[in-house]
Amino acid sequence: MNSTIHCETYPNGLVLLAEPMPWLESAAFTLLTPAGCASEPEDRSGLSEFTCEMTLRGAGPRDSRQFILDLDQLGVERSDSVTEAHISYSGATLAENLLRALAIYADVVRAPHLPADQLEPARLALLQDLRAIEDEPSEKTMIALRRRHYPDPWGRPPQGERAAVEAITLDDIRRHVSQHFRPNGSILGVAGNFSWPALKDAVGEWFGDWPPAPTAAVVEKPAARHTVHLPYESSQTHIGVAYPSVPYRHPDYFQAWGAVGVLSGGMSARLFTEVRERRGLCYTVYAVHHTVRDYGGVFCYSATTAERAQETLDVLLAELRRLAQGVREEELARLKARIKSALIMQQESSVARSGSIAREYYHLGRARSLDELARLVDGLTCQSINQYLREHPPLDFTVVTLGPEKLEVRVGVS
Amino acid sequence: MEFLRSTLENGLEIVAECNGEAHSTAVGFFVNTGARDESPDLAGVSHFLEHMAFKGTARRSGDDVNREFDELGAQYNACTSEEHTVFFASVLPEQQDRVLELLADILRPALRAEDFDTEKQVILEEIRMYEDQPPFGADEKCRAAHWGSHPLGQSVLGSLESVGKLSVEAMREYHASRYVPGNIALVAAGRVDFDALIRSARRYCGAWEPLPAQRIVEPPSHRRGFHVLQKQSATQAYAVQMTAGPSATDDDRYAAKILAAIVGDETGSRLFWELTDPGLAESASMGHYEFEGAGLMVTYLCCDPSLAAENLQRIFDLFRRVESEGVTQAELDQAKNKVSSRIVLAGERPRGRLFVLGADWLHRRQYRSVRADLESLAAITLDDVTNVVAKYPLSSGTTWIVSPRAEISPPS
Repeated sequence: MNSTIHCETYPNGLVLLAEPMPWLESAAFTLLTPAGCASEPEDRSGLSEFTCEMTLRGAGPRDSRQFILDLDQLGVERSDSVTEAHISYSGATLAENLLRALAIYADVVRAPHLPADQLEPARLALLQDLRAIEDEPSEKTMIALRRRHYPDPWGRPPQGERAAVEAITLDDIRRHVSQHFRPNGSILGVAGNFSWPALKDAVGEWFGDWPPAPTAAVVEKPAARHTVHLPYESSQTHIGVAYPSVPYRHPDYFQAWGAVGVLSGGMSARLFTEVRERRGLCYTVYAVHHTVRDYGGVFCYSATTAERAQETLDVLLAELRRLAQGVREEELARLKARIKSALIMQQESSVARSGSIAREYYHLGRARSLDELARLVDGLTCQSINQYLREHPPLDFTVVTLGPEKLEVRVGVS
Repeated sequence: MEFLRSTLENGLEIVAECNGEAHSTAVGFFVNTGARDESPDLAGVSHFLEHMAFKGTARRSGDDVNREFDELGAQYNACTSEEHTVFFASVLPEQQDRVLELLADILRPALRAEDFDTEKQVILEEIRMYEDQPPFGADEKCRAAHWGSHPLGQSVLGSLESVGKLSVEAMREYHASRYVPGNIALVAAGRVDFDALIRSARRYCGAWEPLPAQRIVEPPSHRRGFHVLQKQSATQAYAVQMTAGPSATDDDRYAAKILAAIVGDETGSRLFWELTDPGLAESASMGHYEFEGAGLMVTYLCCDPSLAAENLQRIFDLFRRVESEGVTQAELDQAKNKVSSRIVLAGERPRGRLFVLGADWLHRRQYRSVRADLESLAAITLDDVTNVVAKYPLSSGTTWIVSPRAEISPPS
């Protein structure tokens, strides 16, 4: 498997990571800027999302129409997103257009116009997104769950809150850009078919004189970690359960992640088998390991008709508690087979790799190759996972339910 | 890149695009059956049957099926549409034979009554899930209103009532009549060992009994109408509009896809600049959908209910302008670049190619390489787009709206 990842740290702190995939016709990039919602002032939730929206409405020599036109001419499939840590811009295109696309994004982060006449349209777009989430019960449930599980500001929803979005001014956005759009802390991941010397030089030319800015410490508040029911008019009750785990950078991360894979990964995993296949209680049930810089969590979700919701929650919690008793050899073998395939198949997607290596660098300060990841997965044993589970049994559940009726959380009953 | 095909004695067709450079192998059984092939009392059976395939066979329990797919490290699933049911898996090349054996086996499911009853609950939950989430059934309701009693107007999921009443005997009959080898294509893409694929297919599917399976394809009539369903608990308004478009065998389909990109791509399109960019709508987009003997241009809108009538009027006016003035060369070039790039990117993954190959084969018995598709796109002229707009006017169709407000006046 692929084992080369080039890395260049420019004098201003910008990190470029690049994984060659010469068998592809495409190349992709992911640019992480340290301007995510953990860096928002408390009364300005949604500021990162608002800023992201505004940076795409004109930058460098382009107004907002020319920006989209030029990217379309280059055939750039683009996406942008906001997490607790970053505003992330990514794009994929034919290999020969990569450098021209990157030049456009250098303007987005270094020279956004932030035009006053675009402020209200951008605000309206954000308010429309907030309204649309009201109609997505599963998303509402998981947003509420993340908020309660992580210490603030790490569980903040990028969409923000209505009152705060309504109050955000152009000065707020300008300040956010000047404080948090900086090369130190920014990571550019590139994967696909490219020439490394040409890429390294081009990035140096466009980003090399981007002046660094001081970083500010994040002030944390403890997590609320309590159970809550949110009344909602729906035919299903939506259930979210979270419990603490280790973050990505923790030496035990792969043990924790392996345990979650046994719980929910593939259709033979425990939650799917026990909640859906055996009992027919729901259509959707899953658990995922999620991580922010210093905290981790396992987040579980299911939804079912109100009358069967209590049983669904009970079975779900029972499976989480049972996990503490350990995983079996055959479960681990299946997990390894799936992950081995998935790692090899990542070599078919420049987009997936550009994002993965950039995020790895954020968490670890370096990016691991697929080969190295495969060796780590190979090294997992039942003994190592079960040792981890003995020391970190699923406990301290945060439960959010959303729907017509409240459920009872029977924690501690086995 | 090499295209290879073969047909077993019982009529099962095997097609593959073999790419020695690929890292994985994608295989799928494409069954030419879906909601349009169901009688009203069987509404939802194709989709329910797709679920039942994973619940076990003569020699495997449902747990065995899931466990063995996972042991192979497969990324696998199945999906059902108006006219196709697809069972597919991506694996490392060395697992080609084993995954094919497993997929072939689940195409002959046991359909045990006990599993049927349990899985029925899962299907009913899936129906309720879609009832709870946008666009709150507006898409299926719009299709039903647009196509009336034509089979393409039938729901893929079925209703709580139709699925609730469905019997396992009826499903067994449906399976016996539709899952016959002449009605199925075995499709593969990526790093495929084609000779081994034929050997495996002969071994695992060779005994499938050749029986006739037919689909009655009658041209549908496209209706006009404007319907508002009030849902007080909704926050946003959701509108779906459908008008006629080129069918899966109509050469106009390329121009229709380009037209949809110009008018309604998620970004940079006319709808984007008219509604999404100014913040008048959360989203507004258009797509072209092709079926055997029919096609649709579908427009989606999600917005603040107080803006719904005004936005629908803007969409109507925008469509009228496209009909009277056409589109520009710059718009055409922009859309071609965008769509070409998407085709190349999607084609880099064997699984992406699998679905293109399968649809090409079921619809047209035709293989088209990525290059051939790119050439067809490049050849589209402004005249082609103008002709499509003239043949399939965008401003006259069926609109379905789900909104907390009942009073939304139609555009004029």
